[in-house]
Order: sequence, then structure tokens, then C-alpha cells
Amino acid sequence: MGCKCGSIETANCHCGRIVGINGNMLTVEFYGTVRQNEVAYVVLGESRLKAEVIRIRGRYADLQILEEPKWLKVGGHVDFTGELLAVELGPGLLTQVFDGLQNPLPELAKQCGFFLKRGVYLDALPRDEKWKFTPVAKKGDTVKAGDTIGTVPEGIFTHRIMVPFSLKGRYSVERVATPGSYTVDEVIAELKDKKGSIVKVSMVQKWPVKVPLKCYSERLMPAETLLTKIRILDTFFPVAKGGTFCVPGPFGAGKTVLQQLISRNADVDVVVIAACGERAGEVVETLREFPKLIDPRTGKSLMERTVIICNTSSMPVAAREASVYTAVTLAEYYRQMGLHVLLLADSTSRWAQALREVSGRLEEIPGDEAYPAYLESVIAAFYERAATVKLHDGSVGSVTIGGTVSPAGGNFDEPVTQSTLKVVGAFHGLSRERSDARRYPAIHPLDSWSKYCSIVKPEDLQLAQKTLRDGNDVAQMMKVVGEEGTSIDDFIMYLKSEYLDTVYMQQNAFHAVDGTVSAERQSYTFDKMVKILGTKMVFDTKDAARIFFQSLTQKTKDWNYADMDSFEFKELEAQLDKMIGEVAARAKNLQ
Amino acid sequence: MRRIYNKIEQIVGNVITVIADEVAYGELAKITSPEGSSLAQVIRLEGDRVSLQVLAGTKGISTHAEIRFLGHSMKTPFSKSLIGRIFTGSGEPRDKGPAITENMIDIGGPSVNPVKRVIPRNMIQTGIPMIDVFNTLVESQKLPIFSIAGEPYNPLLARIALQAEVDIIILGGMGLKHDDYLFFRDVLEKNGAITRSILFIHTAADPTVECILVPDLCLAVAEQFALQGKRVLVLLTDMTNFADSIKEIANTMEQIPSNRGYPGDLYSQLASRYEKAVDFEGAGSITILAVTTMPGDDVTHPIPDNTGYITEGQFYLRNGRIEPFGSLSRLKQQVNDKTREDHRAIMDSMIQLYAMYKESIEKQSMGFRMSAWDNKLLKYGERFEREMMDLNVNIPLEQALNLGWQILADCFQPAETGITTKLTEKFWPTIASNSAS
Ligand SMILES: Nc1ncnc2c1ncn2[C@@H]1O[C@H](COP(=O)(O)OP(=O)(O)OP(=O)(O)O)[C@@H](O)[C@H]1O
Ligand SMILES: [Mg+2]
Repeated sequence: MGCKCGSIETANCHCGRIVGINGNMLTVEFYGTVRQNEVAYVVLGESRLKAEVIRIRGRYADLQILEEPKWLKVGGHVDFTGELLAVELGPGLLTQVFDGLQNPLPELAKQCGFFLKRGVYLDALPRDEKWKFTPVAKKGDTVKAGDTIGTVPEGIFTHRIMVPFSLKGRYSVERVATPGSYTVDEVIAELKDKKGSIVKVSMVQKWPVKVPLKCYSERLMPAETLLTKIRILDTFFPVAKGGTFCVPGPFGAGKTVLQQLISRNADVDVVVIAACGERAGEVVETLREFPKLIDPRTGKSLMERTVIICNTSSMPVAAREASVYTAVTLAEYYRQMGLHVLLLADSTSRWAQALREVSGRLEEIPGDEAYPAYLESVIAAFYERAATVKLHDGSVGSVTIGGTVSPAGGNFDEPVTQSTLKVVGAFHGLSRERSDARRYPAIHPLDSWSKYCSIVKPEDLQLAQKTLRDGNDVAQMMKVVGEEGTSIDDFIMYLKSEYLDTVYMQQNAFHAVDGTVSAERQSYTFDKMVKILGTKMVFDTKDAARIFFQSLTQKTKDWNYADMDSFEFKELEAQLDKMIGEVAARAKNLQ
Repeated sequence: MRRIYNKIEQIVGNVITVIADEVAYGELAKITSPEGSSLAQVIRLEGDRVSLQVLAGTKGISTHAEIRFLGHSMKTPFSKSLIGRIFTGSGEPRDKGPAITENMIDIGGPSVNPVKRVIPRNMIQTGIPMIDVFNTLVESQKLPIFSIAGEPYNPLLARIALQAEVDIIILGGMGLKHDDYLFFRDVLEKNGAITRSILFIHTAADPTVECILVPDLCLAVAEQFALQGKRVLVLLTDMTNFADSIKEIANTMEQIPSNRGYPGDLYSQLASRYEKAVDFEGAGSITILAVTTMPGDDVTHPIPDNTGYITEGQFYLRNGRIEPFGSLSRLKQQVNDKTREDHRAIMDSMIQLYAMYKESIEKQSMGFRMSAWDNKLLKYGERFEREMMDLNVNIPLEQALNLGWQILADCFQPAETGITTKLTEKFWPTIASNSAS
């Protein structure tokens, strides 16, 4: 058998040949050394298709091919690289749209036109662009992995050029480039290790995606609320910077819309969007609209703080798994600069399904719904990469991870949802009943939970939650005994909870004012809610009570839709106060 | 290189195994036995053992049938001369016209680069209020009709196709009853639409797995027309038959099923077809309307469930009506802010009230006393069903919105509708309609 590297049957041989093809799984006979999870290229005519080693048995390695396997043949040549699947890190990642293997899609479109083309791998970072470098480290400084050598401006951020994360131990700085413009490939520093060998550093470095980036001094407790401007989240089921949350829900319940809203409004520096195995159209919305939307925090376009990783459902399945890791690695990279990063993954179930497909082809013993037994640990390890960390220079950065889950049949009692629930800090469960009734966002107010800190006072929150629970109890009871069998006080409790649900838990995402509600306004409105919920009310008939709450609801909605600085806002508030004042007075008189 | 073999090692289900070399994954072969011939596709390679899925099924195939590898994967001709023609599920003429062999193109090609797509922006008017008002259909949308057997889903498909302003209609039939095939053909002919239609018809009488090619054939042709700037509407009925064929092959290949016998890649299989729906930047578009019959009327069954996770909404067809609950057009918000300012408010409020009506009906059926509010809802629900939901209603959007206001005004006070004061002040009708009781 001819071997291109000429070193057949020795440890130095990097070649192999295909002996079996089953979907996107190749069995490859190899002659030298092979590393688990290393990248290999399958040669097909002029092109080379990326694959990843996922199992080794004797002389055979099983590879998942990260492209369409069409037209491969038994006997086909395989080149092993010895390197793990890695991404490029450096300035120029922001505003980009990558596929799961970090191919820049706009550049790919320039080269290949309307369609994706397999075997085309472009540089993730533009090679001709120059960055304005300002040195930070000086000759003679002692540095270690992750320390800042210099900075370049990247859009709205100061991008830190850091000592490569893969370097171990301490180095002394031999040379740092003078201020000026450099491309990512130019050497901007030379470092010397203890033995005196020189390491040349450029602005781009590689990092294997499946290895968490840990160049920080300690992990901190996620304490600060990550504001989303969505009432039901910030007030009831908050997310913390450095925390994790999941959004399971049946199809069409609003997972993607919710993530899109969060990606626009979240109070973080950088947002990484991983479109994993879902619709291409949804990514198009983001990538076409973000450049036009202004981020109120910076006054610049939203795209400037965004990176999109896009491996949609018709793109190669095996690359789906890579895509979530690519995304989290980019997020960790920006965290190293002391930034707060939010990673949104839609949908983690598609990634889990990719794992399942592979596991099935490897003929591993299947667990529940044919998912592999290690599903739970894989999911846990992924969410573990979220954290608030203190970096070596004392600055604080965070990666927050939010993933959607798409359970089969909308039933949360399935492996992906259950494994995820065990590890996340907040659960935003979407319900079919609520989305059918157009109660958006369709987050279930009783089933959902969060371990993080809300923006309102705990005792107020408890009152609101008790109202919702009690109201629900009454509603359930009414189903059995009817309205006539329900006491008027219970009925009022029910109306109060419906009121809170309608005007506070629900929010019109498409409305200019109601769509995004600042923390300040949320607290203000919530105080009003608390006051209303705590008001004792007496009505002669249930119909009278219902009519009162209907007009109260409409008034409050109008109030929600009014700009907080407007005259209308004050006027509507006065009318609301008057309505409440009148019922309260009546209740008092009757006592 | 030898390309013809005469020995089949194994026949299991619709999959045969041959010892051969230099065979490519996905390659097509022609199997010829005394009974006839069929195309087969390579679906697994293990050393020199080649497994092929026989599209016309393996019934009657002898171990000495001739297997000739063709050196290419599945292709279809593409040219203007396809228009007005009817083909079988494997692309042979089904009408009396000549076979077309010019300009052969691959089917199941690569996916569109997302950056070459644009945000869908054109509404497709259907004259059906349940669609136009509540779940607007949008050019380039992929949308299935979820239905149980016996519902008029094919007439609904045909009606939308005829009403829609598109350049080309491509109909893919999978396991189509012969009567339904004739129905489509006749309707298209009668309305003069056949001159802009292409039909790929696999009927219930044809070998089951042959239907597996139908979506790819339709979509490959559609894609080429769309690249030429055409607006193409693809109708696929019934995708459940397609999914069942995938299941059958997976089971033959002894893949571990993930859910009720269906393979774990059902999602990806369906997605790679539905994702062909597209609005190209600087070219045409593909809109896909499909039928998914729900086995046992169960929407959590793997076929509708996976479909729902892929498509941009769905229409539930039940008791001859498009159900307001569950039905969803996810692209509606791309267009319904440009129709009329009250569109969204009418859409939300009428559905919310209809949901409350359903609760009142439930209470009533349990024998509870109806409150004044319940009675209003009962009146509303009855009119909503009769004047909006009935599929016989055929009115343009503007008129449907006006009708919505009229029904609301006949049943409620403005505050009871939950619509903001700004809109009720502008649109609330002052005169009761004559249909109000
Ligand atoms: N907050 C909201 N406000 C108004 N409409 C909404 C909201 N959330 C969802 N919707 C409606 O529901 C549709 C489906 O939402 P979305 O695409 O987010 O569902 P999903 O849960 O991601 O479904 P899938 O699992 O199939 O991807 C949207 O297109 C929109 O019409
Ligand atoms: Mg979604």
C-alpha cells in the first residue's frame, strides 16, 4: 500500500485509508499514531474534508466527518493532523458570522456564491486587515498565559492581545512591537522561557474548542443580575451574569423569539449567538437586522457586540456539535478581556441529537430515547463553562450561558431537559397553553424558577408569587365548582392574579415602549402592582368585580404602552390611582 | 474498472448487499432483473460490501439480477420543457409526453449560505381569514398542514396554490391516492394553472420507498427556477409517507430507533428538505406548503413533532376548519405590521377572546350557570366560528379586519376586548351589523 508520507508502518505516519462509510461516520485504518479527537482531512479529488476522530479500536479509527459524506469511497486517503479541533482567537471576531467550524460565511459567499461548498475552509480572521497596536508589556516584564501584551481597538472595545493561553509557566518579555498598525499574523512580541528559547507571538492564537479556557485566578459567585428588559425574567426569574439558564418548550412556544429579545436587550458587553441545528431564516433575521439596530448602551449598532455561529439544520450534522463549542470558546476569549459575555444557544437539543446520531452509529449501548449514557455529563460540562471570574489582573469578566431545549412532544420528562435542569441556575419553562392563548412570553409563571437575585424586594416578590398561586388554585377549583360555587373573595383573588399575569407577566415584544422595560421602570410598575394586589376590595357581584378588573387591565396596558417620561404616563397613572383609591375607600366604608 | 455485477449477497427489506469495489457513497446503480428494473442508491460501504437501497423495492429481485453502477448520484433534468408535465416519483414521464434528458442536475444539493438569504417580506393572500388575518402566509415560508385522514387538506392546498401569486407551482405527491392525483390534475387544468405547474407524482399504488425521492426532485427543480428569479410554490403531500419510508430503511439498516421506531436523524432528514424554502438575495424564492397527516391525530407523534420544530408554523386542519389554537405562522410578524395598523390587535384580541369562549363552553357543558360575561363570550364564539373560521369564507384581508371589528362591537364593550384605547377609538364601529342578534 502506498503511503504519501512515505513512513508507512511507523509512528510518524499520518495517513490512513477509509475502510467503511456509514452516513457521516467513517472507519479508517491507520498506520502510525492517532490521537483521540484529533482532526483529520479526508481527501476527495481536489478537496479535503474535515473530520474528527471519535473512537479508536486497534488499527481502526472511527471518524465523524464534519461535511456531507457524498461520493467518498472505500480506499480513500485520510491525513491526520495530530491537532484537536480548534478555533482562531484574535481581533476581528466581533460582527462576524461563522459556521460551526469558524468559516466566515460572508467571505464564503463571495467565493462560492449562493450555496455552501464542502471542503472550503477560509481564515476565520481577515489576514489583510491592520490593527492599531498599543503595547502594554515592556521588555523585561515577567508574563504568563493570558497576560496582556498590548491592545488594539476592536469596534467599541479595547481588545487585549494576550500571551498565548497554551503557554505554560513564566516568560520574560524580550521584545514588544512599537505602537503601529499590524496584521494579525505579524509578530508583535517575543517571549523567552526559562531555558532561553524564544516564543514569537502574533495577534492570533489557536485554542481547542473542547477545552475550557481557564486563565483566571478564581471563579466568583454569579451575583449581579443580567438585565434583559423583560419583566417576567428580571423580576420573577432573573438571570445572573456568569450564571446559566435554560428555555425548554414545545415547538412554536417562543424559545427563539425570547432568545432574540434577550440578544438585543441584554445588559452585557458581547453576545455570542449559536444557531445550532435550527432554521436558517432565524439567523437571517439577526444578521440582517442587528447592523441596523442601535445598542442604547453604546450608541453603536448591535452587530458591533455580536458574533453569530451558524450551523443550521440543513448544514452538516456533525459540525453542530462543534458549533456550540466554537461559540463557548469565543465567549471565553472575550471574558479574558474583562468583558461580560452572553452565549445563547438555540437549540441544545439539536446538539444532543447529533451526539445521539454518532452514538448510534458507534453502536454504543443506548439510554433513554436512544441518547448515549454520557449525555448528562456532556451537558453538565458545557454549562460549567459559564462563570464569573476574577482575572489575574484583578478585572472581572463573565460568560453567561442560556440554552433552549426542544423536547420531543413538548414533554419535559425527557433526557435533554432533565439533564439540563440539573445544572442550570434558572429555568424558563414555556407552556403550550400559554402560547396557544397568546400569553407571551409564554414562560410558565408557576413552574419556572430561578436561583438568582431579582431586581425587586424579596417580600414583594413573594406576595406576587402567592397571588399567582392562589389565583391558580381558585381557577382550578372553579373548574370543578363553577363560578357560582366560588366565594366572591376567592373570585377577587383570581381576578387579581389574572390582572398581574396580563399586565406584568405578559409583555408585547413588538411594541416600541412595552417591548423593552428598564429595571427602573420595572421596579416602579411592580410597586404599583404590589399596592394593587395588597388593596382590599369589596364588590357586590362577581360581574361588578370582573368589569372593574377589565377596565383596570385596559388602563394599565395603556399605561405600559406610554413612554415613562410622557405626560400621558403621569395622567394614566393618576387615573389608575384614582380607580384603586375608590375601591379601597369603598372597602373601608363597608367595614 | 468493473461496473457491472451479477451476484447479490443479501436481500433484507428494500436493501440489497453486493460485493463490489470503487463504489462511491451515494452512487446510483441500476438493478435489472427479468421483472423489470429499478434505481438503487448506495447507503453504506463496509470494505467491499456495498449496501444499496432499491427504490422500487426488492420484491421479486433474484440474487442474479444485474447491478450496474452508474458513476453518478441521483439527477433530474432541468429545463423550461418540464413545465406542464407530469412525472412519476422517480422522474419518468407519467403523462404521454417524451422523456426529458437535457441539462441533468444533482438533487439534494448543498444548502444555501444563510448570508445569501433575505428576510421574507411578501404576504401571500389566500382569501381565508384564518390565514390572512390570524396566521399570514409569507413568500418563502415552509409550512405544513397538520391534519387527520379524511380532512380536506388536498383541496385546501389546491385552493391556496390557485389563489397565490406565484410563477411556478411544483406538486410532489407521495403515496397520493389516484383520485387525489386526478383531482389535482383536473383542478390545475380547469383553472389554466397547469401551464405553470410541474407534477412529480408517486401514488399509493407505486412501491413505497420510491416516494423518498419526490421532495428532492421537486426542490432541486424549484431551486433552479428560483435562481432564475422565479417565485416557486412547492406543494408536498403527504410528508408522512416520506417519513415512513425513511423509517422503513433505517429499520432495515438496523439503526437504533430513537422514538416509536423512527430514527434519530428524522429531524435532520426532514430539515434538509424543508430548509430549501428560501428567499434568495437578488433572485427568486421557494415557498413550501406540505401536508402532514398525523397518525392517530397525535401531534406529539414523531412525524408532526419533528416537522413542527422545523417549519415556520403550521395550520391545523380539524373538522374542516383551520383551528386557531396550535395554528401558527411564524413569519406573520414580518408582514402584518405593514398591512393595517389594527391587524395585530385584531389578531391577538380575537384569539384571546376565542380562548375564553372555549373556557365558557367547557363550563357550560359541565352545567355551571353562565355569567353575563360568559353569555357575551358564547355569542362571540359562535359568530367567530361561523364568520371567520368557516373555510367557505373567502374575503380579502381588509374586509376580514372590518368584519373582526364588527363582530367585536356586536358582542362587547371596547374595554372588554383588551385592545388599547387608541385603536378602539379609531376603529370601533358605531353601528351594529344586521347579523347581530
Ligand atoms: N414574545 C412573543 N410575542 C409575540 N409573539 C411571539 C412571542 N414569542 C413567540 N411568538 C410567536 O410564536 C412564534 C414561534 O416562536 P418561536 O419561533 O420563538 O418558537 P420556538 O419555541 O423557538 O419554536 P421551535 O422549537 O420550533 O424553534 C413566533 O414566530 C411568534 O409568532
Ligand atoms: Mg426556535
